[in-house]
Amino acid sequence: MKVELKNGIYWVGAIDWTIRDFHGYSTHKGSTYNAYLVVGEKTALVDTVKAPFFEEMMGRIREVMPPERIDYLIANHVEMDHSGSLPLFKKVFPKVEVLCSPRAEGELKLHYGDTISLKTVKTGDVLELGGKTLTFVEIPMVHWPDSMVTYVKEDKILLPNDAFGQHIASTERFDDELGWDAIRPEAAKYYANIVMPYGPQVLKALEALQGIEIEVIGPSHGIIWRKYIPEIVATYERWAKGETEKRVLVVYDTMWGSTERMAAAICQGLMEEGVSTKMYRLRGADRSDIVQEVLEARGLVLGSPTLNNGVFPSVAEFSCYIKGLRPKGRLAAVFGSYGWGKGATTKALTADLQAAGMEVMEELQVQFVPDGDALKHCEELGRRVAQRIKNS
Amino acid sequence: MKKYKCTVCGYIYDPEAGDADGGIAPGTPFEDIPDDWTCPVCGASKDQFEPEE
Repeated sequence: MKVELKNGIYWVGAIDWTIRDFHGYSTHKGSTYNAYLVVGEKTALVDTVKAPFFEEMMGRIREVMPPERIDYLIANHVEMDHSGSLPLFKKVFPKVEVLCSPRAEGELKLHYGDTISLKTVKTGDVLELGGKTLTFVEIPMVHWPDSMVTYVKEDKILLPNDAFGQHIASTERFDDELGWDAIRPEAAKYYANIVMPYGPQVLKALEALQGIEIEVIGPSHGIIWRKYIPEIVATYERWAKGETEKRVLVVYDTMWGSTERMAAAICQGLMEEGVSTKMYRLRGADRSDIVQEVLEARGLVLGSPTLNNGVFPSVAEFSCYIKGLRPKGRLAAVFGSYGWGKGATTKALTADLQAAGMEVMEELQVQFVPDGDALKHCEELGRRVAQRIKNS
Repeated sequence: MKKYKCTVCGYIYDPEAGDADGGIAPGTPFEDIPDDWTCPVCGASKDQFEPEE
């Protein structure tokens, strides 16, 4: 069954129903690798699929046309879920000309060796297929240095690779078939885990796309946008600017329940002040799910027990992840129970959150098991965080 | 003072602005930035910068 985006432009990707761990981040709904075929007088294949899905892509191409008639292969992004089938395709069809950004040229060689001849295209360069005109725009760091988008002028179709993507495996290909409410959370999770550090670069990319008419956005993962384009573009802009809601996450782990009791008391304080909150214990929760919440929450209260005079491993993993994702401008506080080594744990957490660009307003530690007074202090901390959030 | 561009991601270091997140005060010429400083956008090392034309 052919999937046509518009006249002569086809989805020829692959559906990965079973993937649940995408280089360390959870994909509860699977994913797709979207490749697109643009058929003019000449034909271009825009991106490919992860190597194990090569045959699935070839099957979809054959439904449209014999693959040997493909003239160009556009590599918008070097990462292997999109370039993985490039060397396989080139091996079978050596005449195909491969186009990529100047930055991608070196990166592709570092993936597949020096055997594939590449032609580089820069922002504003145009490829005439005859009846279809492809324009290329580099969008560095959305989300790799090599990232590029391809635009089909005649049909007003934007193929932006990973931007606007979501990890969803489904038989539905278009946003109107699945609905905004089903797609938005996955788009948010994708943005939070993949794109969040690059807000300023996203804004630059959105600016570069302004004034370009767009009727379809075909990302490299998940659902194709054609009905909710204004919504997803506006939402990306909000995320890129770091706009958040008045909500606080309490994220922690615990050994003998002391840090957990502190977390519950902090939550109580937040709730008493009428601020929406959610609690996550890190063992048993999934860091990429929590980060999806971090994207739109204004506050993060992070707690760790002290183990071997340092941060508990699951919390260290989370704070390391947050440090790299840089959810700037959010408000934070840190807390936890300790036995005898006071200070090192909260200091390490504070350093990570500050490096992420967050303001750490307080540290609160309790020795061993929190008593009634200590829990009252925790509740008061929750109230103080809530007040700051309400006044922000 | 000369601006410098990251050859990896295109970030431009402007000496007048410095890099607050990286602890570089406004007014710091590129030459005076410590060698272990990295690009605030992509993490590339200082030697991957070149003067902006």
